[in-house]
Amino acid sequence: MELLTEFLAQVQASSGILMRWDVGLALLVGSVGGVLIGAIPGVGPAVAIAILLPATFSMDPIVGLTVLLGIYGSSMYGGSIPAILINTPGTAVNALTTYDGFPMTTRGEARRALSLAYSSSFFGGIFSVFCLILLAPVLAKIAPMFGSREIFLAALLGIILVVTAHRRQALIAAAMACLGIWLSTIGLHPATYSKRYTFDQAWLSSGVNLIVVVLGLFALSQAFILLMGDDEKIRLTKLKGSFFQGFRELLRHPRVAGVSASFGVVMGMIPGVGEFTAQFMSYTYAQKSSKRPEDFGHGSSEGLIAAETANNAVPGAAMIPLLALGIPGEALTAMMLSVFYVHNVTPGPQLFQNDMDFVVALYLALLILNVLVVAFLLVATNQLVKVVKIPNRFLGVAILTLSFVGVYSLRNSFSDCLLAAGFGVFGYILKRLDLPVVPIVLGMVLGNIMEVKLRSAMARVKTPLDFIDRPIAAILFALILLVLALHVRRVILDRKQRKARAWSTSHASTSFAANLSRRRSFLLTERGKRLRAKRSKFSRPSTDES
Amino acid sequence: MNDDIGESARGPKRGQLPFAVGFLAVSAVLAALLWDQTAWKDGKDLFSQARFWPAVGVFGMVGFTALHLWHLPRKRFARPDRIEGRNWLFVLEFVGWFLAYVWLVPLIGYLPVTLAFAAALTWRMGYRSPKMLGISLLFGLAVVVLFKGFLQVRIPGAALYELLPGTLRNFFILYL
Repeated sequence: MELLTEFLAQVQASSGILMRWDVGLALLVGSVGGVLIGAIPGVGPAVAIAILLPATFSMDPIVGLTVLLGIYGSSMYGGSIPAILINTPGTAVNALTTYDGFPMTTRGEARRALSLAYSSSFFGGIFSVFCLILLAPVLAKIAPMFGSREIFLAALLGIILVVTAHRRQALIAAAMACLGIWLSTIGLHPATYSKRYTFDQAWLSSGVNLIVVVLGLFALSQAFILLMGDDEKIRLTKLKGSFFQGFRELLRHPRVAGVSASFGVVMGMIPGVGEFTAQFMSYTYAQKSSKRPEDFGHGSSEGLIAAETANNAVPGAAMIPLLALGIPGEALTAMMLSVFYVHNVTPGPQLFQNDMDFVVALYLALLILNVLVVAFLLVATNQLVKVVKIPNRFLGVAILTLSFVGVYSLRNSFSDCLLAAGFGVFGYILKRLDLPVVPIVLGMVLGNIMEVKLRSAMARVKTPLDFIDRPIAAILFALILLVLALHVRRVILDRKQRKARAWSTSHASTSFAANLSRRRSFLLTERGKRLRAKRSKFSRPSTDES
Repeated sequence: MNDDIGESARGPKRGQLPFAVGFLAVSAVLAALLWDQTAWKDGKDLFSQARFWPAVGVFGMVGFTALHLWHLPRKRFARPDRIEGRNWLFVLEFVGWFLAYVWLVPLIGYLPVTLAFAAALTWRMGYRSPKMLGISLLFGLAVVVLFKGFLQVRIPGAALYELLPGTLRNFFILYL
């Protein structure tokens, strides 16, 4: 109770920050811009944040972060529009919305689906902000217990979670995380003042800038993907009537909405897990607990509520590890971390102790943002759906033009642009092959944190066991072991399943056609060729040649 | 051959092999350069050495990529790999466009080069109607006004702007 009263006093103190005109403008630009960006398939919040990052460096930290937070928090609202209307998710995390949203559109219920998506997103967003507000006093008490070794272990846990979250791609995800760690070490080593992988090039002495890598991997690579692809023909459904009915319908499913939002908050707090896991867990829960599970995937309102509530509950929760420990859990929060660094604000326990006004102002900004976005969507959806029609390749031209501002305005350096173009091509290849990009960025950010924290932690450690002699360090270490054990178990189970599938398919059919087909493929294999070559020694040569 | 989804790994099969082989080769070269490119200072513990974290990075890249390569469903180069490789080369055209844009801005100026770049690339992408070219010019103008005029991002005035008369030159250098 005392904690809550203390916090309410903080809210009063922080509201002064939000009364500033520049913060208000940033909220408006971030929320409307985020919805627009989310509504255009092929752009997404990562591209927009990467481009806008350098522009926010000249702003006050709260203004810059509000714009970026606005884009992050509102893009998923916008992303549901093309997911429902044209079966193409506006942002990657809206993919599950297409399962039930688009079938509703084909049934002529586009307005109902959109209205449900907005109301669920609003509920998820507001729920996560309230959780944050309730957790803030607790976080402020716990965060100072994190010393160097705890932050090192939390960062290590984050990197392991990011890698293991890439199912069936964990090996290459680990390789990409190691690439990120290696990239973070390029330049001058601060403790020994020796050069690392600079190849005696002056432009590499200051290291590889995170924003150059991010712009290359997210913005330039996306521009290349769009420029190399084809335009899609889009037919839009006309929307008529009010968008308020979704709020009434959401009230009829409080259990699904509440559980999905809770999944979003919990998964958002864990680094490296994020929206996808939250969505799939809440969708599975909604389907299993539904009275009509057969409707899921065919336009179920509960499915739509589960997907949209869970993904919008994540951005608020993802700010917890970032603000409390300075550990980003995904690419977007990693980009936001660079805004803190530019302004010499170090997120972590000290921020909670010394600058609580700033933290609470960010929470309140998130709250206002959700209200602004829903108000904007209720009024402007009919006009907004037209942005879906922008041709893909023209979007590529636009992203390439905007990427220039992002990279060049950093240091006015041609070598930065060259490096960004290189990472653009690398990101393009990774996206074409459906390989993970995010571990590179998190490897860069978390690798840097791990290096600094391990160095300072080891100064006070005499034996290896000293490293985990504090309760939080021991819990984090146990969690690391648990995550690794669960991953190994899943890999073994996957392999068993694959083997069982291979056995069942090889004995699937004994029909004459299947036997013939198997015989043909056998003859075409290398073994068949070898056998025929061996047998030809004993047979007469072809009559054509004689 | 099914080229869509691999049985044991996610994503398309085409291009996976050349990527893994190329990435492994680059990682191995970087690992071999570890002793040359990083220093070891006597008297410091392992975790404070400048070499420790680069070693974690490069050996991790080599080890995990080698295991990834070993687990690939197809380990022989095939025609789809060559087609995919050609696709990777085609993208270099747009890298060229981007670098030409970067090179020309300090010489000719942010506004003229952005307008020309947006219109020319729109033309190249096949949108040749006056409407689309007009939209591309408007877009270029909006980007320059928003970022350089309004947000004041750091893009230096061009060498060509020096030829303009007094007040106009200052205006162009500051805002366009």
